[in-house]
Amino acid sequence: MRVDVAIRSARDLTAAARKARILPLSREEVLKVGTLSRIGLSDAEVGRFTTQLSSILDYVGKLRELDTSGVEPLAHALPLHNVLRPDEPRTGLAPEQALAGAPEASGDFFRVPRVLDEGVSA
Amino acid sequence: MTAADLLPTIGLEVHMHLKTRTKLFCGCPVRYDARPNSCVCPVCLGMPGVLPVMNGRAVELAVRMALALGCAIPDLAKWDRKHYYYPDLPKNYQISEYDQPLGIGGFLDVETPRGAVRVGITRVHLEEDAGKLMHDERGGNFSVVDLNRTGTPLLEIVSEPDIHGAEDARAYAEALRQLAVYLGVGDCHLQLGQMRFEPNVSLRIGTGPDGKPRYTPISEIKNLNSFRSVERAVVFELARHRQEYVANPAEYTLENLGKETRGWRDDEGVSFLQRSKEEAHDYRYFPEPDLVPFVPDRAWVEAVRATVPELPQGRRRRFISEYGLPEYDAGVLTAERGVADFFEKVAGLVKDPKTASNWMMQDVMRVLNERKAGIADLGMTPEALAELVSLVKQGAINRNKGTEVFGKMLASGKPAGEIVRQDGLAQVADAGAVEAFVDQALAANARTVEDYKGGKKAALGRLMGEAMKASGGKANPQLVREILLRKLGG
Repeated sequence: MRVDVAIRSARDLTAAARKARILPLSREEVLKVGTLSRIGLSDAEVGRFTTQLSSILDYVGKLRELDTSGVEPLAHALPLHNVLRPDEPRTGLAPEQALAGAPEASGDFFRVPRVLDEGVSA
Repeated sequence: MTAADLLPTIGLEVHMHLKTRTKLFCGCPVRYDARPNSCVCPVCLGMPGVLPVMNGRAVELAVRMALALGCAIPDLAKWDRKHYYYPDLPKNYQISEYDQPLGIGGFLDVETPRGAVRVGITRVHLEEDAGKLMHDERGGNFSVVDLNRTGTPLLEIVSEPDIHGAEDARAYAEALRQLAVYLGVGDCHLQLGQMRFEPNVSLRIGTGPDGKPRYTPISEIKNLNSFRSVERAVVFELARHRQEYVANPAEYTLENLGKETRGWRDDEGVSFLQRSKEEAHDYRYFPEPDLVPFVPDRAWVEAVRATVPELPQGRRRRFISEYGLPEYDAGVLTAERGVADFFEKVAGLVKDPKTASNWMMQDVMRVLNERKAGIADLGMTPEALAELVSLVKQGAINRNKGTEVFGKMLASGKPAGEIVRQDGLAQVADAGAVEAFVDQALAANARTVEDYKGGKKAALGRLMGEAMKASGGKANPQLVREILLRKLGG
């Protein structure tokens, strides 16, 4: 069995990264990430995070200095595969326990701010 | 190009719950009737620091379905995080398979009124379901969340855009359900939300200057949960596309407008825009670091393949060719695997498929329909039915008494032979005894005898019925008829 099977996507990503130029993060990108994460950011925070996130990317970007052209991408950092669990039920939490840490509850339910029926599905 | 030349082009994404006892990444039971938030644990609640562990049974069922759809099982499958923020998704990402799914490139042959249609399968992958979000009905400013469903194993089956009409879209969805139930991969109860559909609808609008086909924008209709709504939503959407295109053929194209996400209001029968291309979700997929890849052993794949039974369409064709059953009967008997297995067992035991089919269609299916029950709940084994069928074939009881005994077997659980003995139902085939019943009938129905002699041939049936009644239904009907005809001189 092959543990070193190449991952197409990882290869594509590496190729794309090699071609890409490193640019500093823009304010717009930070705002977009904030919106996607449902986090409201003040102007001061946008400025601060633009600097901080850029320096994180720069730090990780150091990896690009390595020549990986002859290296097969890994599927996973661990040399493992097929870690599977038997389909056996186990006792979990009671509703009271599950809801104990919830900011708000309503009966047996978690209670959240009203969400429009946008219908995001799996 | 006129509106009539526009070719409906439809692909379907189908989600179904797999038939596992536990969730995909934790040992919480999969239940549909449980108290809200009672089938949860730190893993499916998305608590910090927990680790998912893949349910091996879910992987096996997913691969079984993929194999039955003729998919290839690649050497490596991996899972990825799909990020979006919504209250039914406690981790803020769904674990799915992005670019290396468990199964790729299959097909499903779908029976339609115009014959079989082959629908290509792009991919089959395994992911987790989200929880249930409900809106406060009393108009309150909040919603409530039940996370029992969170992490339920969900199989996504993506078809090629090979479907060219609303009826075919529905037929495809129904065929997938039948297949999954046949394989034991899922129960697919639609009312429990165990199967959901997302059609991608577009119209082909001829060929561009580059020789490639051109299309209207693709509408993805989210979260349909019945076959009927699939058909209605596709009908509506095709009509809407046709209208938009005819009004503005230069602008209303896929290259101009891309893909949009739409919802469906079933009560009003209309679709509505949810997200356009500009607002499309940015899911920021990346490989799931908490799950290692799945590298299927080829011998294991073959072992799973061996668990794929003969599929409904092939079995129906075999019932027609091998057993000589009418097409309709073969369709009824193969619609469910349990029924088909039951029938074949009985047919083998009595060595007479046509008679076995007759009993299945007339007696077994009637009872199942009346009770709205499945074959597993019939309360009778194939061996028990085979004994009854054999008693009738051997002439120990007549066919009508057979149906009576069938009912008594269901009620009492006793074998056919015992009921026949105890209730004295054995067929009377002694010529002298039968003649006495016939005489009785003739004497008591002089008017009917006159009618018959006066040319009313239908009167014979009435006299037959009277003679059978005189015998308590036990006389051999052929013998009654022979003696009756002899006595009537006809």
